[in-house]
Amino acid sequence: MNNAALDIRLEARSLQKSFGGLMATDNLSLEVAHGEIHAVIGPNGAGKTTLVHLLSGLLRPDGGQIVFEGRDITRLSASARVRRGLARSFQITSIFREFTALENVMLAVQAGQGHSFRFWRPVMQDLRLIDPAREMLERVGLGARTDVQAGNLAHGEQRQLEIAISLATDPTFLLLDEPMAGMGPEESQGMIAFLKELKRDYTMLLIEHDMDAVFALADRITVLVYGRVIATGTPDEIRNDATVRAAYLGGDETGEVA
Amino acid sequence: MDALRNPTNILSAIVIGLCAIVPFAAPAVGEPFYVIVFARIMIWAIAAVSLNLIMGYGGMISFGHAVYLGVGGYTIGILAFHGVTSAWIQWPLAIGACALISLIFGAISLRTRGVYFIMITLALAQMIFFLSVSAERYGSDDGLNILTRSDFGVEFYDLNHKLTMYYTIFAVLVASVFVSWRLVNSRFGLVMRGAKSNDTRVQAVGVSTYLYRLSAFVIAGVMCGIAGLLQANLENFVSPDMMDWRRSGELIFMVVLGGMSTLFGPVTGAFVFLMLSEVLASITHHWHIIFGPFLVLVVLFARGGIAGLLTPRSARE
Repeated sequence: MNNAALDIRLEARSLQKSFGGLMATDNLSLEVAHGEIHAVIGPNGAGKTTLVHLLSGLLRPDGGQIVFEGRDITRLSASARVRRGLARSFQITSIFREFTALENVMLAVQAGQGHSFRFWRPVMQDLRLIDPAREMLERVGLGARTDVQAGNLAHGEQRQLEIAISLATDPTFLLLDEPMAGMGPEESQGMIAFLKELKRDYTMLLIEHDMDAVFALADRITVLVYGRVIATGTPDEIRNDATVRAAYLGGDETGEVA
Repeated sequence: MDALRNPTNILSAIVIGLCAIVPFAAPAVGEPFYVIVFARIMIWAIAAVSLNLIMGYGGMISFGHAVYLGVGGYTIGILAFHGVTSAWIQWPLAIGACALISLIFGAISLRTRGVYFIMITLALAQMIFFLSVSAERYGSDDGLNILTRSDFGVEFYDLNHKLTMYYTIFAVLVASVFVSWRLVNSRFGLVMRGAKSNDTRVQAVGVSTYLYRLSAFVIAGVMCGIAGLLQANLENFVSPDMMDWRRSGELIFMVVLGGMSTLFGPVTGAFVFLMLSEVLASITHHWHIIFGPFLVLVVLFARGGIAGLLTPRSARE
């Protein structure tokens, strides 16, 4: 990627967040350019999910600024950020378990169509919701499972549904918090292929533990340790970064890197 | 039709059918007393349906819901006391009062969750309860007699006429179930049910749930207020007891007993609850000793209430 022509979509400037005495996010800055997959990696407790919560608006930063598509969104609510096109998925599957898969996605489609103060017409007759929702389920590979209650879907299917809900809000930017969490190797391969395909339409910030996935997908990688950025660069740069190797990748526990 | 094979629907049809014919059937079998019993139960059923709307479908466990019975009832009582008997003034004012109070109470209590929500709805309702107790002019503890029922000013629609009164209540009950059904299945209802299931996720698809939850709270308050104004008319009497916190608790129990989050559950719940307490009270003076453990058993072993017991196991998941 040509650095001179970077079109920055999402930018975190000196974000700070602490919980009691614990510094979860420590003067963190990063930039995500248009069309790239920017991965954030780091050991457990590095503050990766906190970062997604801050960027998506579920948590308020103690300091710093978040800029999305040129606008300061630091004070915007989570729901207002989604309406601007900044969608997220959750590390711990967050779906409507009592709803069918179709209803899960319909609610997200509905959210993108303006207010929901419509009290009378049954949603199950509303093709403006049903058609796009079906299409989205087809797209993530759940086309045959539309009428299954979400709580009864297999774990991998729930992860797919999670992504489908996020995509159905019609975003331009995706914050993906460990989309492969708890998936088997085959399901992970499927998800990697799917994310590659999504890359054509969306800019993404990807939190992921699975190093194979990270190095297969990411254009750039930011490494977090104790809430701090210790390195940012291309996968090759990160692989060869001495600090990263010492702090994280080269550790004997993690074993081989990509 | 599949609908007719579902035991819950059959039970619902029986209850509604019974309500429809009681004014003719009860005198025919020599028990005219049951007309007033059914009328009373139907009013409780309306209140239970309204509570189920927010509790069963919206996850908002209000422990002060009976306050709207009181507000609706007292609006009628106080206006009648001052000589305003026209229904065209009384009813809109009663509905408006309930809308206003539920808007204020909802706006405050919906900022909290869980146990705090339960406690704050109770506390707010108690404020109105004590207000009614302290209102000496309107009878305090003793309540307030209503000398004339709401007057619609037309010959053919007179609430003093027994059948008119009865079928007005019946029509409101049917309408409240119908309105709930439409609401729950609308876009509004999808957001409301989503907020109950996973509020964070609703926010994360771009919907701020507060106003939706508040609207549902107000709709339920108004619906319950209508039950209150009917009760005031039926009994020709209002008293603080209508909105005692125990009434709120009983409403919660009717909903749970009949089947929370089912359209018709609260109606059967109200019937079983009130009939059973009536029957038990006629057997023994210490009927609470039987009734209490029964309620505990229902909560422990029949979590879906009556509707849950009637739903075939295969259809539950």
